[in-house]
Amino acid sequence: MNFVDFLLQHSPALIVAIPLLGAFLTPLVSRINNKVRNIFVIIILLITTSIVLLLALDVFAGNIHTYIFGAKDLTLPVVRILFEVDAMSAFMAIIGSILLLVSVIYSWSFIEENSGLDKYYTLVLLLAAGMFGMMLTGDMFNFFVFLEITSIASCALIAFWTNKGKAVEAAFKYIVISSLAALFVLFAIALLYGQYNALNIAVLGSVIQFSYLDKIALVLLVAALAMKAGIVPMHMWLPDAYGRAPASVTIILVGATQASLYGVFRVCFTLYGNTINLSPTSIGWIIVLLGVITMLIGVSMALIQSDFKRLIAFSAVAEIGFIFLGIGTGLTLFANNQMFGLIGSTAMSGGIFHIINDSLDVGLLFLVAGAVYYATKETSLDKMGGLARNMKYTTIFFIIGLLAISGIPPMNGFASKLLIYESTFQLNPILAIVAILSSIMLLAVFVKVFHSVFLGPAQPKFKDVKEVPKTMLFAMGIIASIIIIFGLFPDLVINNIVEPAVNALINYSEYIRQVIPTFTGGF
Amino acid sequence: MSIFESLLNTFETGSGFWNPIVWLVVILIVFLIIHILRGFGNKNYKVDTEQTKPFLSGNPEYSKEKMHIKGSNLYWGFTESLKWIFDNLNKMHTGNTSDYVLWFVIIISVLFLVVGLI
Amino acid sequence: MIFNFPFIAVIALILIGLYAIIFRKNLIKMVIGITIIQSGVNLFLITLGYREGAVAPIFTSLPSGTEIPQGMVFPIPQALTLTSIVIGVAVLALMLSLIIHIYRHYGTLDVRKIGGEK
Repeated sequence: MNFVDFLLQHSPALIVAIPLLGAFLTPLVSRINNKVRNIFVIIILLITTSIVLLLALDVFAGNIHTYIFGAKDLTLPVVRILFEVDAMSAFMAIIGSILLLVSVIYSWSFIEENSGLDKYYTLVLLLAAGMFGMMLTGDMFNFFVFLEITSIASCALIAFWTNKGKAVEAAFKYIVISSLAALFVLFAIALLYGQYNALNIAVLGSVIQFSYLDKIALVLLVAALAMKAGIVPMHMWLPDAYGRAPASVTIILVGATQASLYGVFRVCFTLYGNTINLSPTSIGWIIVLLGVITMLIGVSMALIQSDFKRLIAFSAVAEIGFIFLGIGTGLTLFANNQMFGLIGSTAMSGGIFHIINDSLDVGLLFLVAGAVYYATKETSLDKMGGLARNMKYTTIFFIIGLLAISGIPPMNGFASKLLIYESTFQLNPILAIVAILSSIMLLAVFVKVFHSVFLGPAQPKFKDVKEVPKTMLFAMGIIASIIIIFGLFPDLVINNIVEPAVNALINYSEYIRQVIPTFTGGF
Repeated sequence: MSIFESLLNTFETGSGFWNPIVWLVVILIVFLIIHILRGFGNKNYKVDTEQTKPFLSGNPEYSKEKMHIKGSNLYWGFTESLKWIFDNLNKMHTGNTSDYVLWFVIIISVLFLVVGLI
Repeated sequence: MIFNFPFIAVIALILIGLYAIIFRKNLIKMVIGITIIQSGVNLFLITLGYREGAVAPIFTSLPSGTEIPQGMVFPIPQALTLTSIVIGVAVLALMLSLIIHIYRHYGTLDVRKIGGEK
């Protein structure tokens, strides 16, 4: 067995273990030198990213990986913790690793002047471990543990600027909300465990009955994870947290939010996949309606904000609504084979493609907001103006982000939004109209930002403002180039990355059969 | 070479399509039009004279800070005419942690109703 | 009926906790509310693994004549509860330390006075 095979076999564990190990080594390494520490963290994340890519390549080729902790082979009944990586998990892990890597490169200059940076990097790596764990795990209780690790690490990072009272307050709101959500998730897991005596997602998925208690567990899981994903009207912690955290943290928080979103889809499609015929379309319609409300309220609130990062946070809420709309449309038609083939799979591709587009677009805009803050020390839109004269490259990146988030070709948002519009139009035209309206309002929101921050006469107080350091520009450049590549060649991305992820969600029986080979069911 | 060929594939969604080459051609044409239009401009103006000053219907120019339209003043008409919506939305966002949890409980009870438990 | 009593206690604890978070205005009392919910969930987990008259599942110190495995309680819910308690302590410590910072900045623990940003 050569090294690559060995790496591939153990990759699900390594993706979590390497950042975890790195997290506890970081305080030691930072005793040496600040530069050495930064390079160390970047190398740790580079190694993780390359293992993620290696695993993803194999998973997209059609193999589902399982990794059993503490044993060589799987024995039934399943009592061990196991990681199960299908294309959807790998897809999410790719998003997470891109965001983490960009964030760490950006942090190099962005928070250079702050103290306590060894703790900052430790927490970033812990957050990475928690995030990857949530995405890769195949065990419900393990999912809860990683959810809590993610919450604790991100809460501490939101409060990183403790000298600002608002940041601490936002962190407190975040921890109250996320610990409450996690407790309800645990309660739902206990309900499932009490009935079926199993914690493994695949085992639970094979025996689930959709009894009265199962319905309670489904509601609790969907509501709690949707709250962590920032669905209106449970989104209010999100603008506070995103708005007050340092920009380099916010971009990772986007990834952590997507991990909760992944949890919702895993629960709806895999855990409850076998019972989808018993609950005719109601949970799908719930998700569609929540998505529609999220889009409308998200953009409306974004329109009247006057704080740069808070405004972007509200538009991030709206973007999550698009994802919910797309995937909810798929879930609504899931039981109906014929309709699903016509509309549902398109809607699901749109929704899943939009997960990566949303995290890249919103991430880029947050980085731009951070760059403007770094250069001017201002966050209020009312106090800025004429910055395009001083910060040429940042302005270009902002324009790219603006076009991408509002779904204008040739940026990546266009392709996924087009898929969502067309498929939802066939389900119900009103949904598509609302989606297009929200998209137009998003454009309006960011045109407002563009005018008030970058255009206008040169302000005397910003005479000495310079362009941000090269590492920050480089980090923004990475995301911007991915956005343009995805926008120019959406066909390539959809065929090679998105389609496998969609199929992984739809064919839940494949996921279950990986653990229980005798399982018969599904389509 | 197949990967490069697949790059240029047309991406079909059912009623729309997307092809990078078409898009690049459109961009080129737009830039050509912009270039031609710019060519019509008058080049022989005198720098640092009245000719390069902004003309505000004869009014004097204010200081640079006052000339810039601030972020919260943009879309004034829109937000003013839909004030009742935005006022209600603002009232909803209290910033109070208890209210956030209350919304969570409300959503759980609504979901219980919809799924058919109560 | 008597065996359902722990489950009623679980529901009661969760509802009391939610009441404390939603209607109490002091941050520390809200944190106590979260801790109560946590105790409720932990009690639920422990109750799931309970068997009447069974002993702790420690193989080396079983009383003689214990039936294996019928005479022992389920070990997995206990492991889960232990993990959940450890996580709960970490969250509790984090929340209380944040409250200290909030008190330093705002000089109050009233949830209505610290929130609300535009």
